[in-house]
Amino acid sequence: MHYLDHAALLDRCRTLFTMHYLDHAATTPMHPQAVDAMVTVLRGSYGNPSGVHDVSAEARTALENARDVVAAFLGCRARELVFTGGGTESLNLALRGAKGVAGELPVVLTSAIEHDAVTETARWLAATGQAIHEVLPVTTGGVVDLDRAGEIFSRYCAAAVTVAVMAVNNEIGTVQPVGELASMLRVRAPRSALVVDAVQAPVWLDMRPLCALAEFVAVSAHKFGGPKGVGALTVREGVSVTPLLHGGGQERERRSGTQNVAGIVSMAEAAVITDAARHEVGRRVAALRDRLVDGLVGSIDGCVETIPDRSTKVAGNAHVTIDGVESEAVLLLLNDAGVAASAGSACASGALHVSPVLLAMGVVPSRAAGALRLTLGTTSTDDDVDAVLNALPDIVRRLRGTR
Amino acid sequence: MSRILVALSGGVDSTVAAALLQEQGHDIAGVTLKLWGGDSDSGCCSVADVDDARRVAQQLGIRHHVFNFGEDFDRDVVDPYVRAHSIGETPNPCVECNRFLKFDRLLHRATQLGFDAIATGHHVRRVSLADGSYAIGRGHDPAKDQSYVVHMLGQSVLARTLFPVGELTKTEVRAKAAAMSLRTADKAESMDVCFIAQTGGGRRVFLGDRIPLRPARVVDETGAQVGATDAVELVTVGQRRGLGLPGGGEKKYVVDVDVEAGVVTVGGADALLRPSVVLHSVTLPVGHGPLSGVLRVQMSAHGRPVACAAAPDGDDLVVTFASPQTRVAPGQSVVLYAANPLDADGPEIVVAGGLARR
Repeated sequence: MHYLDHAALLDRCRTLFTMHYLDHAATTPMHPQAVDAMVTVLRGSYGNPSGVHDVSAEARTALENARDVVAAFLGCRARELVFTGGGTESLNLALRGAKGVAGELPVVLTSAIEHDAVTETARWLAATGQAIHEVLPVTTGGVVDLDRAGEIFSRYCAAAVTVAVMAVNNEIGTVQPVGELASMLRVRAPRSALVVDAVQAPVWLDMRPLCALAEFVAVSAHKFGGPKGVGALTVREGVSVTPLLHGGGQERERRSGTQNVAGIVSMAEAAVITDAARHEVGRRVAALRDRLVDGLVGSIDGCVETIPDRSTKVAGNAHVTIDGVESEAVLLLLNDAGVAASAGSACASGALHVSPVLLAMGVVPSRAAGALRLTLGTTSTDDDVDAVLNALPDIVRRLRGTR
Repeated sequence: MSRILVALSGGVDSTVAAALLQEQGHDIAGVTLKLWGGDSDSGCCSVADVDDARRVAQQLGIRHHVFNFGEDFDRDVVDPYVRAHSIGETPNPCVECNRFLKFDRLLHRATQLGFDAIATGHHVRRVSLADGSYAIGRGHDPAKDQSYVVHMLGQSVLARTLFPVGELTKTEVRAKAAAMSLRTADKAESMDVCFIAQTGGGRRVFLGDRIPLRPARVVDETGAQVGATDAVELVTVGQRRGLGLPGGGEKKYVVDVDVEAGVVTVGGADALLRPSVVLHSVTLPVGHGPLSGVLRVQMSAHGRPVACAAAPDGDDLVVTFASPQTRVAPGQSVVLYAANPLDADGPEIVVAGGLARR
């Protein structure tokens, strides 16, 4: 008796493979080698890595080999690495687990364009009286405003401060000035810890310099060709965290629960491929992205590139706003035209909302309502770009002309 | 076969509406409207309901979309709701939501996306008239008829809107859903204002966060003070409780609310009776012909219809009851019905609607 009809599922998905996928920031296809690694472990090494016998030992070896690989990829020591259930868990662990001093309310500073995994966690800490939360403003260019951040850091010079900032913004693709923020922080608020949400970074940026700057760095496997439900958090040596999950004491008592060995091995495989391909992928995808954005801005009146200075962005991100249309309608018609795209972030219900990232940058709501995010990745091709350039001008014309 | 976009709330009625259209061979997709971003414990807006609707769509094998009309909802439903309370009138959030969002806004989006029509799970019937136009007819199940809340729909909307469950009783709808083993078969009905969480302090807290709530004197018809309220904005014509009135004696009802003067007038049941009501913001969905013959008027969503006559007075409509009726709260929707001229045995049709004047 099978619950899953493999043939039917594969048959349905076959039609999806003909789609032009331009939503790599949401998730990206797994590297085939990462799938193979996962299946091999699932079939072969079923042991619980915490046992005493050879079955466990085999799984433990696979797990620890993977830890060495991912640690090298991130630029941390193996013992500084905590495997988690994904980016959201990693960020929750860093923000909620940071140890405070008894009788003193810690301060959490988050940039205005952080992912909900950071923003909602910080708001919850503040709402439950566990921290003071303040937001670091961003410039119209979509990066943390260093002058204003400096002022805020100085105000908290004596406090226990946790600063959370992303390496790469998920909507507009801007690379954040993590190095400058880290230096400023050390000088102005010495009792501080820096949390870097690097979930969007690994495909585009060498992770090692980032990890050298921050007490905590969070990544998620499915953003760089690994599986969903697996992530990691680096915790700098000497920094202790209170676990979110209590139990068997796995991951050096920082994250209880039997490790997802197959997922972790698969993430390690994806990490190796990502490191090796990064330079070539970045160069190739930047050219595709440039052709895509130039083509859209050139062929659609009222189509404006959100961050015109592409040198401040990762190669895979194209973000525009289009006057006089609504993102929801554009996305559905693009879908009908075989293009999978996004407007930014969607909430759990799947409803789109006007992007807080764009509003924080000072984009007016009427412009933000026509936001379109096209994100490219390792599998993107010229055909994908052509599909958008062929479909979108007609879609915009049609939407502007209805009623 | 047409391309039809079905509004799926996650509830049983819209689910069965979608299933029926699919059986008829139409090419359908489902859509759930995200209307309210705040706290809520019922109705159309929660993530759980969207999940239910999405699961229904998966089981039917159709595509499912979520449209966020939250800003429109704030502007066209929530703001008017608050404003009505602030001037002592009765709001009609469900009517306004249908007027602006569930039909107009949805139909516009559906047209943009290439759909021929939209469909909903309302218990009403679309009735064809002799001149090729349409009217809203009451649903087959009198206990579930929803023609009151969609009474204002005009020809351009009706021409492209279907109500597949209007011919069924609620029992039949539930049986159909159960036979298809769909998740929604046992869902409870939503009754309250969908954007106000009862667990969060209800209407008082919702309004108190948005407008100042002011105290008022409660007087009888001679002007003598008999009680007090700390929030005149929450008092509605016809209300009986919560006014600090002494117990015993004849039952007293609110017969008038004067927010500006801070006075609530109460009286016996007889004092509430009125021979007529004047409507403003009148809609005449089946055209501007004379409203002659026997008409029936309904003054709340599940109110009992009563016989009446109607005559225009400028842009207003004067509705005279066959016998005096309990006063309609100012701002409340009032809907007039007549027999279908083509089918006297068929459902009553909506011929006019409007809002009660003070």
